[in-house]
Amino acid sequence: MAKEMKKKIVSVLVDNLPNVMTRVASVLGRRGFNIDTITVSSTGNPDITRITMVFNVEEEVADQIVAQIAKMEVVKSVSVLNREKTLYRELLLVKVNAMPDQRDSIKNIVEVYRGSIINLTTTSLVIEVTGSPEKLDGFMDLMDEFDVVDFCRSGVTAVERNLQTDHGLE
Amino acid sequence: MKLTGAQIVAEVLLDHGVDTVFGYPGGAALNIYDELYKYSDRIRHVMTAHEQGASHAADGYARATGKTGVVFSTSGPGATNLVTGIATAYMDSIPMVAITSNVDNSLIGRDAFQEIYIAGITIPITKMNYFVNDVDDLEMTLRNAFRIANSGRKGPVLVDITKDVTAAKTEFTNKPPLPLDPKPSPTKEELAEAVRLINNAEKPVAYIGGGCISSNACEAVNELISRADIPAVHTLMASGIVSYDNELNLGLVGMHGTVAANRAIDQADLIIALGARFSDRVALNPKKWGRRARILQIDIDASEINKNVHIDKCCVGDVKEILERMLEYVDKAQHYEWHERVCGWRTKERVRRTLNHGMDPKEILEAISTMCDDDTIYVTDVGQHQMWAAQYLKFRKPKKFLTSGGLGTMGFGYGAAIGAQMGKPDCRVVHITGDGSLHMNMNEACTAVSENLPVITVIFNNSVLGMVYQWQTIFYGGRYSSTVPHRKTDYVKVAEGFGAHGYRAENIEQLKAAMADAMKQDGPSWIECVIEPEERVLPMIPGGKTVEDIIVE
Repeated sequence: MAKEMKKKIVSVLVDNLPNVMTRVASVLGRRGFNIDTITVSSTGNPDITRITMVFNVEEEVADQIVAQIAKMEVVKSVSVLNREKTLYRELLLVKVNAMPDQRDSIKNIVEVYRGSIINLTTTSLVIEVTGSPEKLDGFMDLMDEFDVVDFCRSGVTAVERNLQTDHGLE
Repeated sequence: MKLTGAQIVAEVLLDHGVDTVFGYPGGAALNIYDELYKYSDRIRHVMTAHEQGASHAADGYARATGKTGVVFSTSGPGATNLVTGIATAYMDSIPMVAITSNVDNSLIGRDAFQEIYIAGITIPITKMNYFVNDVDDLEMTLRNAFRIANSGRKGPVLVDITKDVTAAKTEFTNKPPLPLDPKPSPTKEELAEAVRLINNAEKPVAYIGGGCISSNACEAVNELISRADIPAVHTLMASGIVSYDNELNLGLVGMHGTVAANRAIDQADLIIALGARFSDRVALNPKKWGRRARILQIDIDASEINKNVHIDKCCVGDVKEILERMLEYVDKAQHYEWHERVCGWRTKERVRRTLNHGMDPKEILEAISTMCDDDTIYVTDVGQHQMWAAQYLKFRKPKKFLTSGGLGTMGFGYGAAIGAQMGKPDCRVVHITGDGSLHMNMNEACTAVSENLPVITVIFNNSVLGMVYQWQTIFYGGRYSSTVPHRKTDYVKVAEGFGAHGYRAENIEQLKAAMADAMKQDGPSWIECVIEPEERVLPMIPGGKTVEDIIVE
């Protein structure tokens, strides 16, 4: 019987060293868990880097994986992000083959998703959309009707809301 | 003061009180070895036959002395040969610093001769590792290596240094060693809850693990169990924390543990885990292990909590510090009924040996135990002899039983025994091994001869790979696949060929005579004890089973 898997978004602050992503990722790899997305980005402190990972694990091992990451020498802090309290975003680039007569309907969809067309030729266009992973999933569903040649997603980057100053604006 | 990278290596070792290192030279390590030559009045370098032996020697040195084991190797194969030794230390939380050399920075990544990416290889088996390609980073990196190896849950750290860095010069600041990381410490409330559990328990058991040795908690553990009348079981790693003749000591727990120890865990209402990690060789069935008990876990590694077994209450921190804080609040208690029951199991315990010919492993170990004093350090390899040694040797003190518990490394013993003897020249060191394990790294006999170390190697020769053979007998219908090698090794001749003393014993009297003679020698000895292939390690609880399924005959 397959165990129930839960999606976790984990934010890890680490020393800015070569190999640091491998070290952190290897904790999951060792147990055979796939990482859905991983992003590594700089922080305000040049010595510290932020790794944001999204992975599916069984609920009961999630805490232990986090504890194993937390004890690594390179790791300064780890937090499992609470989905309700977290702002998370992902960038999508999609290349679509589209003849001039299809452009308008694509353009309409892109507008609804507040995306933009960043490259246009007589036969194709490239669309950029930013948003939550669910929003990008929805956009990709609509793109199924068209001739998608290629697409690329950046992986999630996330930050927890500051509750005192948050006015619900996104 | 400007020093070369190689000089900095030597100076940092001296700063950390390192006077003995193990290793093997090579091209990329030439600068470091040139410096070790110049520092040889202050740092003794023990050259082994093989880097694996050096890594186990550094490990054995650390286990016997409590100090950091240091091992050197060259690049490429020198570095990869350390891997098993580093992994062994990692699994048993032994503080070790491995210093490998690599090719010149200009050749890195170009598949140069003897280039290997050892920092990549050792990520999963070190607490931390470093690749140093700038001499300005070297001093702090080495200091950090010692800090990390000894902070919190101890373990190995690897520092890989390019050859040009060992030659380059930089300013050496000569700082004192870095302070160890602060230890986590439970709150007063957490301690109070732990104490409440102990004081309210009617059927408590202490489950003692290797963390009690790392934390030097021997005294505190004994104080706890005698104060509150708590029967104790121990893991392979914790032999000697509670003296063998203490009536509260129920012995080894787990797969080959005593009936009393396993039954006590099964019947207890509180299990106090002290620096122990509920491994699959102890909690054979994690769902049913300690099923009637609440479990209180005291451990320095937060990631051990709830890893294998559900924990009811935990205190994360140093076992010794926590016990010392708790002790005055622990009620003096007498659990008459419980004590009577479990200690009754202990005294009634009989494992029946079904064979009536050949040397009895139990008698061999009892004879050795009788002839050696309480300070004797026993080092084992892995297999049946290891389990018999854990079951039948008589320990009164900690750090006297050195064994590869976590990784289960056959071939660990000889190197580790050499390291232990170097670290504890005044203690007798007895290396207990099997014919299978000895064949893996018997080459280290040459090291024991070169260093003139009086290590006594006792070989349990059953002519088969006994532990695997035992499993094939019980679980695989007696299909002895690759466990009967038909070797014709003459151990006496081989020992003598290395320049050691060789003895062969076919009965206990011959063993005693050989031991007596070996104990008079300055250099190493081998004593072959001929035993039957059918000897089994009992009791045995098969993997995934419980004490109800224990096999005793």
